[in-house]
Amino acid sequence: MSNIPSELKYATSHEWVRNEGNGIVTVGITEHAQDLLGDMVFVELPDVGDNISTGDDVAVAESVKAASDIYAPISGEVIEVNEDLEDSPELVNSDAFGDGWMFKVKLADESELDALLDAEGYKNSIDED
Amino acid sequence: MVSKTVLHAKHIEAGAKMVDFHGWEMPINYGSQIEEHHAVRTDAGMFDVSHMTIVDIQGSDAKAYLRRLVINDVAKLTIAGKALYTGMLNTAGGVIDDLIIYFFTETNYRLVVNSATRKKDLAWMNKQAQGFDITITERPEFGMIAVQGPNAKAKVATLLTAEQQAAVEGMKPFFGVQVGDLFIATTGYTGEDGYEIIVPETVTTDFWQKLLDAGVAPAGLGARDTLRLEAGMNLYGLDMDETISPIAANMAWTIAWEPEDRNFIGREVLAAQKAAGDQPKLVGLVLEAKGVLRSHQKVVTEFGEGEITSGSFSPTLGYSVALARVPRSVKVGDIVEVEMRKKRVKVIVTKPSFVRNGKKVW
Repeated sequence: MSNIPSELKYATSHEWVRNEGNGIVTVGITEHAQDLLGDMVFVELPDVGDNISTGDDVAVAESVKAASDIYAPISGEVIEVNEDLEDSPELVNSDAFGDGWMFKVKLADESELDALLDAEGYKNSIDED
Repeated sequence: MVSKTVLHAKHIEAGAKMVDFHGWEMPINYGSQIEEHHAVRTDAGMFDVSHMTIVDIQGSDAKAYLRRLVINDVAKLTIAGKALYTGMLNTAGGVIDDLIIYFFTETNYRLVVNSATRKKDLAWMNKQAQGFDITITERPEFGMIAVQGPNAKAKVATLLTAEQQAAVEGMKPFFGVQVGDLFIATTGYTGEDGYEIIVPETVTTDFWQKLLDAGVAPAGLGARDTLRLEAGMNLYGLDMDETISPIAANMAWTIAWEPEDRNFIGREVLAAQKAAGDQPKLVGLVLEAKGVLRSHQKVVTEFGEGEITSGSFSPTLGYSVALARVPRSVKVGDIVEVEMRKKRVKVIVTKPSFVRNGKKVW
């Protein structure tokens, strides 16, 4: 079974969200998701300054196997993207919850965090897949 | 009912991720497909190809039968052990399968065909056997391991008897020899040096372990696919099938037109296609910008549309390459467009070969 850190929030579409405080969150894809996709070869990230809304396809994770949309798990403004992924997309495979993070968002509405799954909820959602 | 090769337990033991490959549970990777790919390009890797189908054709009419069955001419084979790559067509000129034929004598040949097409291949071969004095014998009692890479031969050599070493010493590409337990062939599906080795099932596991101990990295179907794509080698079911002419699948070189009186199955259709010059062709595409070309994406050219048959990221080159079927007037060096997700990208048309022996060749 994949690692699912309990301090993070999740979307059923396999993104994770870390609350960094001050209305800022970090977003990535889960270990389970990277395992399904296989070796990552390109990651297309949103631009800093983009306003994104929950459910928008805002990034693309392209692996040897397939291209997969990444959806905004929350709404807000993109304030930083992980530029290391440009040259080292494999960070998503090796450290999905750490160095493989994708972008940071200044939340439009912090209460949106409550609508996301906790670790248990996410685990149940992938068990149903 | 899912089939398992004799090496199934070894794959599980090595932590392989297993997938259903046309009814066979096979390793897609052992962790990282890209690392396995690089192991083959830079050192030595091995693939379990025991799922492939070995068929022996024997009897006084074996040569005559094969001269009818396949588009290349087995009469070219005169040295024992020499192998031939070719295709087997239906009467409409479509490719039933691609295969390798090993010649031992004019009454004894060995065919290696794809596992995904095993049933229909055997049905077709048996149907065509009427009137020929031959026996068609499937040989499922063997395992098969492909050991590929610049150090593959040296690593295999450490496991061979003196007699086996002598037999393979200096063996040219596309030959096979039976020595002791092993049938060792200088064939492969990666564009690297190496062997494909047919091993009795009873000792396949032991042989695999010895290869592991000799430092050969296990590689899965994922790496096998990116390696063969870089080498510009066709995959049946993607790059050609029963609706596709070999002329449209970069297999024209496997058609022996001479002698003119050899009546192989599909000859008339192919001759008409060749005369008309209207078959599309299989070319290479290179996308040096970000993105990955994928099967079934549409190719737009000034001469009409085409389609990507196989596409992936090339781990050796660091960008995406593809095989694509396009109108015959498209030329190497042309810039054409591919419709990708939500955008069109410009790609370069190349010969359908990208990497050989670890080096860029397009």
